[in-house]
Amino acid sequence: MSETPVDAEDVEHVAELARVDLDDEEVDAFTAQFAEILEYFEALDEVPEVESEADLVNVMRTDEVTESLSQEDALGNAAETEDGYFKGPRVS
Amino acid sequence: MSLNAFITRETIDGDDDGPLAGKTVAVKDNISTEGVRTTCGSAMLESYVPPYDATVVERLKDAGATIVGKANMDEFGMGGTTETSAYGATKNPVDQGHVPGGSSGGSAAAVAADEADLALGSDTGGSVRNPAAFCGVVGIKPTYGLVSRYGLVAYANSLEQIGPIARTVEDAAALLDVISGPDPRDSTTRFDVGSDGDGNGADTDGGSESAHPATDSNYAAAADGDVDGTTIGVVTDLLDGADERVVERFEASLDDLRAQGAETVEVSLESVEHAVQAYYVIAMSEASSNLARFDGVRYGKSGGYEGNWNDAFARAREEGFGEEVKRRILLGTFALSAGYHEKYYKKAQDARAWVKRDFDDAFEQADVLATPTMPVLPPALGESLDDPLQLYLMDANTVPVNLANLPAISVPAGEADGLPVGLQLIGPKFGEEAIVRTASAVEN
Repeated sequence: MSETPVDAEDVEHVAELARVDLDDEEVDAFTAQFAEILEYFEALDEVPEVESEADLVNVMRTDEVTESLSQEDALGNAAETEDGYFKGPRVS
Repeated sequence: MSLNAFITRETIDGDDDGPLAGKTVAVKDNISTEGVRTTCGSAMLESYVPPYDATVVERLKDAGATIVGKANMDEFGMGGTTETSAYGATKNPVDQGHVPGGSSGGSAAAVAADEADLALGSDTGGSVRNPAAFCGVVGIKPTYGLVSRYGLVAYANSLEQIGPIARTVEDAAALLDVISGPDPRDSTTRFDVGSDGDGNGADTDGGSESAHPATDSNYAAAADGDVDGTTIGVVTDLLDGADERVVERFEASLDDLRAQGAETVEVSLESVEHAVQAYYVIAMSEASSNLARFDGVRYGKSGGYEGNWNDAFARAREEGFGEEVKRRILLGTFALSAGYHEKYYKKAQDARAWVKRDFDDAFEQADVLATPTMPVLPPALGESLDDPLQLYLMDANTVPVNLANLPAISVPAGEADGLPVGLQLIGPKFGEEAIVRTASAVEN
């Protein structure tokens, strides 16, 4: 038995956090699949603590103004714009 | 003729001259092309037209290549069969009842069917090597940092690289010569390491290109077929679970390499049994964050203006994303959520470091490592869609390479029951020339 049982409520909660609406069928299917997949992930418990060195280094550049997208191009894929701005849904 | 290898067919001409003049290239549809729609295989981006080219696309054009279209793929790269594309599955040109692999299935199918000379794919957990193996062509996953990811629509940034697909090792290597190199727009392209793989300090302001491993390299020239004296480590842990018919072709390829003067030794990587778990936790976590950008406001399917912004975003994402993408976003959100982060994400990072260390040890004993690219033959179309976990397990041999940031190549190793089998050769960090050389001997 998995240490992380998953029920429909958990799936709906995560879907809300992730801002993805699901229909009832999707909730049912995901509930069963997540239980199976998370049980498989349980095996990570056996992994020892391993020290890792960062493989990358910081890359610096001079902070200079360079060419960039025009406002028109940047707005080109938006469903709606207004006065040169993206138009989003109401915040509250 | 419909393999459905392309989502959008459109010709983009390159320069008149260059190393790829006269060559046609299929570009995976998650790589941005200025003025030509880039869908990522998703309904979310059905009408998205990038305002700029990915760095690799600029390099293709500068090299004289002609782009012939945007290749089909699993939605946002999430899948191993190209069946999660919102634009329909691609068929395997070798046997049209089977999948071409994925997620770069359209790229590999186009090359295998001669609809393009070359192709670009992207490889997050095997997405170049898997379809190359299933379609009987060559695919290279470069070392992390060899090729710019600027303009690649992100799925799991810490794991993915753009890589070449071709019918021969030399052609794939020549394409890698064109696309590799430092890019000021992708600070993970390694400015700080020379071809010796070591270095310190970074400076992107001019005069730094000599510090990138691709600067003094010639990958195509390494395809000289000379494996005499090469030590090949056979990763025994990854043979146990493989289909017998695959293992038989794998062993035959090794016999052939030994006959050409290579030596084989057995190596064991204890950590790889946890690689698939670690890979999926990391990839899904990164995906949940990366795909948060698709809110339907700046680009992508709009959720309309009813209700508040949470309602509108959740609606856009319900409509725009397919099942596998939703599954991964949700599981990634779960793995990062309060109370589970230590249990899943942190342990996955430990496993990643363990896999890296195991590979380092293995390269003390061998110049390159060998595994079957895929543990199975290409599934029949529709066969594997219902069981996500089984599909994830199919990636057992490819994901360790991404976790360790290493280069690997898949080269055809013959057929079993009329379906292609791929041999995977893994190199040390920035050891592309070694894997190209060994793979070219497999073609002898």
